[in-house]
Formats: sequence, C-alpha cells, structure tokens
Amino acid sequence: MGFEQFGVVSFTATTKVEKFVDFLREGKVCGTICKACGAKFFPPRSDCNCCLSDDMEWFEILGDGNLLTYTEAMYAPAGFEKDVPYLLGVAEFKDGAKVFGRLDKSMLEGGITPGMKIKLKTVNLEEGRISYELTSA
Amino acid sequence: MPKVGVIAVGQSAFVRSYPGSIRELAFEAFRDALSGSGIKANDIEASLICSAPEYDKQRTPAGLVAEYLGLNPQPTFYVESVCSSSSSGLRTAYALIASGLHEVVMVLGFQKMSEISSAESQERMGRGADIQWEAPFGTMMPAYYAMHARGHFTKYGTTEEDLALIRLKSSTYGVINEKAVFRKSLTLDKIMEPKYIATPLKMMDCCANADGLSCIILASEERAKDLCKKPVWVKGLGMATAPINMAGRDTFSGLKCAQLAAKRAYEMAGVGPKEIDVAEVHDCFTIAEMMAYEDLGFAEAGQGKELIRNKETYKEGRIPVNVDGGLLSKGHPIGATGGSQIRTIALQLKGEAGEIQVPGAKIGLVHNIGGVGIYGNVTIFGVD
Ligand SMILES: [Zn+2]
Repeated sequence: MGFEQFGVVSFTATTKVEKFVDFLREGKVCGTICKACGAKFFPPRSDCNCCLSDDMEWFEILGDGNLLTYTEAMYAPAGFEKDVPYLLGVAEFKDGAKVFGRLDKSMLEGGITPGMKIKLKTVNLEEGRISYELTSA
Repeated sequence: MPKVGVIAVGQSAFVRSYPGSIRELAFEAFRDALSGSGIKANDIEASLICSAPEYDKQRTPAGLVAEYLGLNPQPTFYVESVCSSSSSGLRTAYALIASGLHEVVMVLGFQKMSEISSAESQERMGRGADIQWEAPFGTMMPAYYAMHARGHFTKYGTTEEDLALIRLKSSTYGVINEKAVFRKSLTLDKIMEPKYIATPLKMMDCCANADGLSCIILASEERAKDLCKKPVWVKGLGMATAPINMAGRDTFSGLKCAQLAAKRAYEMAGVGPKEIDVAEVHDCFTIAEMMAYEDLGFAEAGQGKELIRNKETYKEGRIPVNVDGGLLSKGHPIGATGGSQIRTIALQLKGEAGEIQVPGAKIGLVHNIGGVGIYGNVTIFGVD
C-alpha cells in the first residue's frame, strides 16, 4: 500500500514520504521536521533544502488553523467530474504551516469566510483511497 | 550590457480550432513576421521554439518547426515555462545575442490546444501545479486564480463588479482586434451573469483556450540597425520564481514572482512604473490583471480597483493596459501568449498599432506569468 492511494486521483506512485499515507490511516495529517536543523515542512519532504540533511522525523499538524482563502469549483478536470461542486482552500496552522486541500462540503451550509477557524480530519474515499479535508473547528 | 533589438514581429490569428497542423500554424506567424521586413530565413542564426509540451502529439517540436520554416542547419532548441514560455524564450535570445554567440535569433511561441477536450486540457493545466500534493484534490487553473480573487477581495474589499470592469475593458478592444478569438461586444450585465466556474470567478472572468502562434526576431545593435528601420530595444529583463505549491505562498492577494520580476526589470531599464507608457499584462483571468496593476506598481497594493473604476487603464487613461484585448479577448494559446504581448508592445512603440495606438508611446512593458505565479517574466522595451 503506497502513495498512489492518496487523494481522489493520484499522479505519483512512489515517494520517500509515503508514510504520510500510513499516518492518514491512523487519523493524522503529518509533515516532517529536519532533525539536523529543525526546519519544518508541510507538505512533508524527505530532504532538507536548508541544511541538505535527509534525517527527518514526522510531526502531526494539531490544533486550530485559520482559513486563508477558498473557492467552490463548479467544473472539474478529467477524473474529478463526479465530485462537482467541491471546495478547495488553504489554511494556516501553528508555526506557519500552511495546508492546501479540499474543504468539507458541509461547511457550505454554515457559510465560509476567510479567517474562520479550521481543523484537519482524514477522510476515507472509495476503493480504499484516503485523503484529508479542512473542516470548521 | 550590449543593446539587443526586436527587429520583426508576427502573429497568426488566435482561433478556437486551427484547421491545419502545428508546422502550418508556425508558418503563418513566421510569414507575418518576415513579410515586408526584408529579413530572410538565412539571416536567422538560431531559433528558440517555445510552448507547453503536454498539448502536442508531436515530440520535440523545435526540430519539426525549424525544418518546415527552412531554418536547417542552424541551431534550434525548445524553451518552456508554461504560459510564459515565449518570454523565457526572449530572455534566452537576449543572452545568446548579448554574449556574442549569435547576432540574429528568432523566438517562436506556439500552442495548438484544440487537439484535446476542454476537460482534458484542464486536467493537463492542473498538472502544471504540484502533482504529488495538489492535483489529487482536483486542481485547475480557474480554482487557483479564484483563491487569489478571494484573497484580494478579503484583504482589500475588491468586488466581482471590479473584475467585471476589467472584462468590459478587454471586450472594448477585443471587438477591434482582427487576430482575437473573442470579438463579441459585452455589457456589464452579461459579464455579471452568475455562471460560476470557481467562485468568485465567472465564465467571463476567464480567458479561452486557443490555437495560435507568435514570432519575434531579435538582433544585436549592429545587425538590428542594418536589418530594421525602427528597432525596438530590450531595456530591462526581470524574471523571478515562487513556490509551485500553494502551501509555500505567503499571500493570496498578489504574485510574488511578478513583484520581484518587475523590480528587476525596472532596475535594469533604469525606469519606474510611472514612466511606462503602455503595458501588456497576463490577464488569463480578470483577477490576474487586477493583481498585475499592483504587482507592477501601477497602483499601490489594494488600489488596483481604483485604476479600473476610473478607466485609467483604457487607451486614453494614465497607464493603458491590454488595449489589444489581452488574453481575455485574444485567447490564450499558452506558448504563443508572451510573444503576442511583445508583438503588441513593439507595434505600439513603432507607432504602428493602428486603432489601438497609444499616442507617443516610448516605453512599454510586458508582464507574462507561467502557472499560478510559478514563473514571472517582466520585460521593458524602449525606442532608444
Ligand atoms: Zn535541515
């Protein structure tokens, strides 16, 4: 079970950070921290561009974030048609970690405003695929 | 720096679906550039072929195009930075000439997008973003620019109607541009119809795909004076990049790559935004033109809306922008777009822009963005 299980349609089969998907299965959305210099990365990276180290450990993105922006997509690229309409957005969490992804569709009912509190949750998709979503905190 | 001049410009008509092959489309702009210029194929010492490769069935198009245009056995190679490919081509041509390696270099930008469906093309364009971390969510260009529109609205109070005013200006000039794909006259009501593509962007906030080609020929100072009566000189070249991933961006109300590219171009040219007489900016979406006003310093951050509300970017305004209709009306054949913008500015500075001529224009600017602000190219041209 590898990285090709991530998201609605995956375009990447192999990556050194495929453990990201194992963490999703445990309900965690994780980035990486460089053990040598402390640089923090989301999305996770296996190589530190600050100090060139490849010695990384995982950290979980916890707590509430702040929604920076979003859109409701009324059309979709090939392969995503059945999801229309869907929400995409970016939120900022502790230490400046920014997370891009789908927003929980149920958020449309309560109204969405940039600046609102956001938390992350993992979501199981069809055929054993898995992803994460931004949802109201 | 040695002087490098634009000595000929050409463009095919931009159309929804070109009834011919890539080589034939290439020939149309090549013929347009060379016709009446006195320049011959054997004056061209090297050619740079620019496009976004994923739309073509043809692999390695540079070799194919060079053969059809009769440019063998001179050097040719491919330059790519998606939507700003031909501006990156111009930058490369400048370097080839300024270094003394070549004296006359052609930059040919093309795209034939009609070979694949719109959904397929959205999927390919979406893959111009990060395919590992973003494309699995179903990304497409309108959604990325829509997030910037929302960011701009939230921070500065810009409205959907402000964006509609940009499209209204575009259609004013699209109507009179014979090479534009979208030549219908539009009303504000029509533009404001709530046909959302990705909120808050509506149908009329988005440019159309097109087939098209542009051709720019550059030369060293000596050869330029020899081959062309009124060369237009490259005064400043600025290029900058920003993270491809939205998680790496610190703002959604402007494009950092454009701001830095502008700063670099202004510094090299020794001019500031107030000295620009006419500009072509990358309006793939209305919000992109709004951000360009601010990123280029034509307006303070957040004040772009005042420029368009006061019609300052119309031909008669303080800083005319996209008076050829821009991408919104001309259409956006990815690899050809930058060259088409350069062509408009060259014609403006030569006083040969016809109905859209900005009187006495001496310094012009081209802002050409690749991806959602991954690559920013800003180029400044002048008459002396
Ligand atoms: Zn490090």
